[in-house]
Amino acid sequence: MHSITLVVNGVVREATVPARTLLSDCLRHHLGLTGTHVGCEHGVCGCCTVLLDGEPVRSCLTLAVTADGHEITTVEGLAGPDGEMSPVQRGFNECHGLQCGFCTPGFLCTATALLRDNPDPTDEEIVEGVAGNLCRCTGYQNILKAVRRAGELIREEA
Amino acid sequence: MKPPPFDYHAPRDLAEALAVLAGVGERGKVLAGGQSLIPLLNMRLAVPEHLVDINRLAELDTLSVASDGVTVGALARHSRVERSTQAAAVQPLLRKALRLVAHPVIRNRGTIVGSLVHADPAAEMPAALTLLGGSVRLARDGGEVRDVPAADFFTGPLESALRPGELAVSAFFPALPPRSGTAFHELARRHGDFALAGVAAAVTLDESGATTSAKVACIGVGSTPVVLDVTGAEPDEVAHAVRGAIEPDADIHASARYRSHLAGVLATRAIDEANGEARRALDHTGR
Repeated sequence: MHSITLVVNGVVREATVPARTLLSDCLRHHLGLTGTHVGCEHGVCGCCTVLLDGEPVRSCLTLAVTADGHEITTVEGLAGPDGEMSPVQRGFNECHGLQCGFCTPGFLCTATALLRDNPDPTDEEIVEGVAGNLCRCTGYQNILKAVRRAGELIREEA
Repeated sequence: MKPPPFDYHAPRDLAEALAVLAGVGERGKVLAGGQSLIPLLNMRLAVPEHLVDINRLAELDTLSVASDGVTVGALARHSRVERSTQAAAVQPLLRKALRLVAHPVIRNRGTIVGSLVHADPAAEMPAALTLLGGSVRLARDGGEVRDVPAADFFTGPLESALRPGELAVSAFFPALPPRSGTAFHELARRHGDFALAGVAAAVTLDESGATTSAKVACIGVGSTPVVLDVTGAEPDEVAHAVRGAIEPDADIHASARYRSHLAGVLATRAIDEANGEARRALDHTGR
């Protein structure tokens, strides 16, 4: 067993995990943060995407022990301190960017980093940016609208 | 879909990593970005007794760009090298190839050297390294270091010249001569998937505009990247030459005949684009 310390959504969290524990399972089972969804567990679907030191990564393709000492942001950490939704969350809300919602945490984390680095992406850049996230309801058109809208909100509030 | 148990090692520096690798030998696997290894662990296709995590070796998180080429350390993530304008200026094929590697989120974590060592016959980085005549630097405990040319490094599907106890510490992608152009074309079932077939091309012209070198590296159509010299071939002969040099396998995704057809079409496009880029470089530098 390995004792690790992660800074999850700004809070120092400790966990004792076997080396083989995936970061996705550590977040869900050890830390109780079930907002990170686990879909395919081999890096294809993107549902488990979280931010590792600010960069979106697949938590199912990262060992928890490798993340020891690093900062993680999950979907639970995207809203503001009083629970107000982030611009990306508002974009998805306004544009009906989710149906069943299973893929949504991954899309939100991916889009948050995408728009932070590039608040005014072209449609092509948005498609490329979220191409690694699958939505089995196939609600892609509204997801793209939601990311576009989130970009507008970020630029308005800048 | 969970990894099997293994003994985990988290060395703090290169010397410690090499000592651990020397101890575990062929029972150990190196974990860098994990974007190929962890799926294999999750699916229990790989069951190493020891996992040596090199993510704490900051000394391997390097990218150095010189006029003669680009050297990437074993912890340089795909995304870092993709974003480097200096690396793209010295060796433009690197960025063109990197943009075809999976998805941006995978590239945030995956490493170039890891892709090389994984040696997937459909992967882009082995083809780029082989086409450019680059090399991989391997280190082992005791200070012994060897540089293996790409042509000797890829020995089979998912097989490389890396020996038990060795660690691939860096890879060198040489620059091309002036008046050169490159291209990388591939076709995948879905965006970001491994390609059914792909072709990287590099063309170099002399000062009069005559072609001094034209080469392609084909992926997905052999057990390792298939490099072919097509210098002197007419544009309509390239596809035929490529199809004559490869023996692709059939699988659930495509028939051998379709892969062969595809490689020819992609090679024609890649050579055409590389040639155009080389001609623009020639015009730019003046004759």
